[in-house]
Amino acid sequence: MQIVVTLSHVPDTATKIKISSDRKSIDPAGVSFVINPYDEFAIEEGLRTKEKFGGNVIIVSYGNDGAKESIKKALAMGADKGILIKGDLNVDSLTVAKALATKISELKPDVVFCGKQSVDYDSSAVAQMLAELLNLPSISTVVSLEFSDGKLKAKREVEGGLEIVESTLPAIITAQKGLNEPRYASIKGIMAAKSKPIEEATFDASQNKLSVNELRLPDSKRKSRIFDSEDASISELVRLLREEAKVI
Amino acid sequence: MSNKILVFLEQRNGLIKKQSFEPARKGFSLSKEINCEVTGLLIGDEITNINSLEEHGLTNVVHLKNSKLKNYSSTAYSKLVYDFAKERGYNILLFSHTALGKDLAPIVAAKLDAGYGADCTSLTINNGNLIAERPIFAGKALMNFSLNSEVKVFTLRPNSVSLTDDGYRVQTNVIINEINDEQLDLRSMVIDFEKAEGKLDVAEADIIVSGGRGMKGPENFYLLEELAQLIGGAVGASRAVVDAGWRPHSEQVGQTGKTVSPKLYIACGISGAIQHLAGMSSSKCIVAINKDKDAPIFQVADYGIVGDVLEILPKLKNELKKYLE
Ligand SMILES: Cc1cc2nc3c(=O)[nH]c(=O)nc-3n(C[C@H](O)[C@H](O)[C@H](O)COP(=O)(O)OP(=O)(O)OC[C@H]3O[C@@H](n4cnc5c(N)ncnc54)[C@H](O)[C@@H]3O)c2cc1C
Ligand SMILES: Nc1ncnc2c1ncn2[C@@H]1O[C@H](COP(=O)(O)O)[C@@H](O)[C@H]1O
Repeated sequence: MQIVVTLSHVPDTATKIKISSDRKSIDPAGVSFVINPYDEFAIEEGLRTKEKFGGNVIIVSYGNDGAKESIKKALAMGADKGILIKGDLNVDSLTVAKALATKISELKPDVVFCGKQSVDYDSSAVAQMLAELLNLPSISTVVSLEFSDGKLKAKREVEGGLEIVESTLPAIITAQKGLNEPRYASIKGIMAAKSKPIEEATFDASQNKLSVNELRLPDSKRKSRIFDSEDASISELVRLLREEAKVI
Repeated sequence: MSNKILVFLEQRNGLIKKQSFEPARKGFSLSKEINCEVTGLLIGDEITNINSLEEHGLTNVVHLKNSKLKNYSSTAYSKLVYDFAKERGYNILLFSHTALGKDLAPIVAAKLDAGYGADCTSLTINNGNLIAERPIFAGKALMNFSLNSEVKVFTLRPNSVSLTDDGYRVQTNVIINEINDEQLDLRSMVIDFEKAEGKLDVAEADIIVSGGRGMKGPENFYLLEELAQLIGGAVGASRAVVDAGWRPHSEQVGQTGKTVSPKLYIACGISGAIQHLAGMSSSKCIVAINKDKDAPIFQVADYGIVGDVLEILPKLKNELKKYLE
């Protein structure tokens, strides 16, 4: 099976976000980058699929040289090859999807695993757009997956439960937490990754359709009225919820 | 080019979802401001609550109907929305950022080669231009942006548009377009649904009573369930208690769980780690109960009580009961 996994290289979720002086981007100074957590589930699912059916796992990322660090981690986990498409980073989801599609269409994948969301811009869009550009069906926020008779059967998380979705192959899957438990790279894996190839390509991102007017930090309008646990405080809280906040 | 707004109306089991009334209202108010047409698009089989659109300003609704469209199919739905928008020249498309909306909208945007703004918390007109705002980095920052493409697709974060009844009513005219089976691309389709054990899903609840490690054990969560039941809410959980197996993952709020913005969020014995805040910091009103007065959750709370949650919850329930009776 030809298995493709997309990987975005994102700031660690615990990082404090600072806005650059141009007020349009994030100041990268002091920010540590990691594999997007949902893409770890995608990589793991790719590796498990290869272990079951054979084939290759190819990692594709659109980003800058920094992303190589995350691609190497994926290779150390067991992926076979990496592709880094370089281009401007401040672009919209469709531009990223187009960049990824140029390379992924050449790879003729049987299945593509993505994360359900990048934890930087939180759009949950690139994977479905990629599916459309490749003319493939997609299933998003998947928590369990089964290949049978050339078809896919997946459970996808929605409000109030799980949808059971059936799809033809090839297809694109986006991974939600719960799909699997990502493995750690072994020492052997880390050594082996050193000799695995990372191919590079470039993409012209000038068709970007989104312009940032301004980034800002959320203003806290919270009242922060903190009480002790005396009975009188609890009745005061209930009164405030009722009369001031008007939420019950 | 003149503007035309299309609002996607999501149904489940033949009922238009409450979340869809928000893009409906938004579409209606934008259409007044820029003086243009707004149409609602419904895809499904029989729909039973079309009347409820009357208080949200939609006069024109088109219902694309086929019994096979009762359940969601990303391939079929996206093609139908695309064909409809393309043929009739809609250039502003609004969806709700629900599980279905965030799956469908990007596919439609790609088909239309449109700019896409996901999960917007604000959408306004400034000098005739649409200006949107959305949280990024799990709510740690906000991005104010414009789409410079001819066609623009947005999803709105649930609970970002107020639905208070202002007494305004319109007559909603529905045109039903029967769709032939041959027009359906069913490469991917929902064939079944497994209902989660909980009564009300956190992603859809107006009130959430959430518990963390400070609840001390799964046996104490009945306190939250009782409270939730009393005030019509759902029970949520921190990742720590989901990982410990006290509660199901479907209840998890946060970065790797659900993003919620209810009108009231009560955090009980939750420290307020950044990944938890990511999922709930846009709630309208936040109440925190924690025995540690320095817990970070108090920094995002409107009201807080410092003390033992296991002692406070029964008292809180009794006080609320008095009010509600
Ligand atoms: C990549 C990543 C993703 C993550 N995603 C999520 C996510 O989606 N959701 C999420 O919640 N977390 C997430 N986390 C975990 C997060 O960092 C915290 O570990 C977690 O939120 C802590 O849960 P907690 O508040 O229940 O527990 P703790 O941090 O242990 O806090 C317990 C709190 O209870 C208080 N307490 C104890 N006893 C009592 C008592 N008797 N009465 C009152 N208060 C009491 C304590 O003072 C403390 O503040 C993620 C972490 C990572 C690294
Ligand atoms: N720059 C990128 N390079 C590779 N894959 C990406 C990139 N951005 C997003 N993706 C993939 O698309 C998924 C959804 O991302 P997003 O639409 O940005 O929330 C991610 O989990 C990745 O798998």
